[in-house]
Amino acid sequence: MASMRDIKRRKGSIQSTQQITKAMKLVSTVKLQKAKNRAEQTNPYFNYMYQTVTSMLAKSGTIDHPYLKKGDSTKKAVVVITSNRGLAGGYNSNVIKLVLGEEALDPKDVLVYAIGSKGKEALERRGYEIREDASSIIEAPVYEDAAALCRRVLEAYTSGEIGEIYLAYTHFKNTVSHIPTLLKLLPVEFDEEDLEKSAESNVLMNYEPNEEEALDEIIPKYVTSLFYGALVEAVASENGARMQAMDSATSNAEEMISDLTLKYNRARQGSITQELTEIIAGASAIS
Amino acid sequence: MAEDSKVFQVEIITPDRVFHTGEATMIEFNTAAGELGVYKRHIPLTTVLAPGIVRIHNDGEEDVVAAVHSGFAEILPEKVTLLAEIAEWPDEIDKSRAEQAKRRAEERLASKAESIDIKRAEFALRKALVRLDIAK
Repeated sequence: MASMRDIKRRKGSIQSTQQITKAMKLVSTVKLQKAKNRAEQTNPYFNYMYQTVTSMLAKSGTIDHPYLKKGDSTKKAVVVITSNRGLAGGYNSNVIKLVLGEEALDPKDVLVYAIGSKGKEALERRGYEIREDASSIIEAPVYEDAAALCRRVLEAYTSGEIGEIYLAYTHFKNTVSHIPTLLKLLPVEFDEEDLEKSAESNVLMNYEPNEEEALDEIIPKYVTSLFYGALVEAVASENGARMQAMDSATSNAEEMISDLTLKYNRARQGSITQELTEIIAGASAIS
Repeated sequence: MAEDSKVFQVEIITPDRVFHTGEATMIEFNTAAGELGVYKRHIPLTTVLAPGIVRIHNDGEEDVVAAVHSGFAEILPEKVTLLAEIAEWPDEIDKSRAEQAKRRAEERLASKAESIDIKRAEFALRKALVRLDIAK
C-alpha cells in the first residue's frame, strides 16, 4: 500500500492539473462563443455566393473556362487548416488523418499550403512537400489574408503549376460536432441536384460585361469565400474541440481525485489502527 | 399595376456580416462597366462591382450611403443583392489612413517601376479616393 505522503503528493499534482484544464476550458468556451458568432455571420455571404455561382454555371453549362476544367499538371495543391496549438483532443489529428487517408492525394504529387503549424509539422514528417506555411493566419482570420493566400494559390493554378486545388478543414456543424472535411475547390464541381434546381428557376439572367469575364471575376471570389468560411469554421471547431477535451480532462481529474481521497483516508485509518495496536501491545508488555 | 409599390428589397452582404438590409425605390452603384441606377423591375442582371459609392434612395427617408469596394451585384426584379468584399459606412472610414493610402498609391503609379503591380496600385488609389469622397 502506498504511503500516505505519496498519495497526498499525487493528489496535489492532479489537483493543480485540474485547475489548469478548468481554466483552459473557460478560455476556450469564451473563444468558442466569439468564433461561433463569426461563423454564423459569414454564412449568409457564403450561401449567397454558392447560389449565385451554381445558378450561373447551371445556365452556362457549356462555357469553356480554365477554372472549370482540369489543369494539365498532375500536381495537386492541398490547403490544410489545423491549429497552432495542441491540447484540442483529436482536432488536428483528424484533419491530418483525412489527408493521409485520401488515395487521390499521393505525397509525391501534393503541394501543401499549411495554415496551422500542427498540420504542417505532421505532414512534413510524412514526406509531403510544404509549399507555403501561412500559420499566422489562423490566429486571427481576416478576409484580406484569406484573399491574399487565395490569390497565390490561384496564380499557381492559372500558370499550370498545379492541376487541382483541395481544401482540408474541420466543418463546424454545431458546438459538439465538428466534421473533418476535404473539399475540391478547383476545377469547380457542384452537386448535380443543386445545379438542376437552380436551372429550373425561370429567371433568365444577363451578365455584364459578359459571362466569361463575370466568371473570371466571380470564381476567384467564390474560392476566397470558401477559404475564409473554412478558416472561420476551423477556428470555431478548434475551440469547440479544445473545450470538450478540457472538459473531459477536468472530469477525469475529478474522478482520480475522489479515488485518491478514498485511498488516502484508508491509509490514514490503517496507520492509526496500527499505531494503536502497537501502543496497546507495548503497554501490555510493561504491565 | 398603378397602385403597385415602387419599393424593392436591397441587401448588402460582406464576408463578415450582413451589412445592410432594407427597402429602396432606387439604388445607384458603380460597376466595372460604369455607373448604374436600378429601379424596380429591372431585368435580371449580374454585374461586377467597381469601387464606388452605393446610394440607396427610399421615398420619404434619407438616402443611405456607403462605400463598397469589389464584389458583384445580382439584380432581380424584386430584389438587389450586393455581395461586396469590403463595405463601409461613412463614419467607419479613417480619413487620415485613406489619405495616406492615396499618397502611397499615387507615388507607386508615378514611379513607373517594373516591380509594381499597376492594376493593384490603381485599385488601391480608387479605393482611397472613394473613401475620401464619402467621408467628406
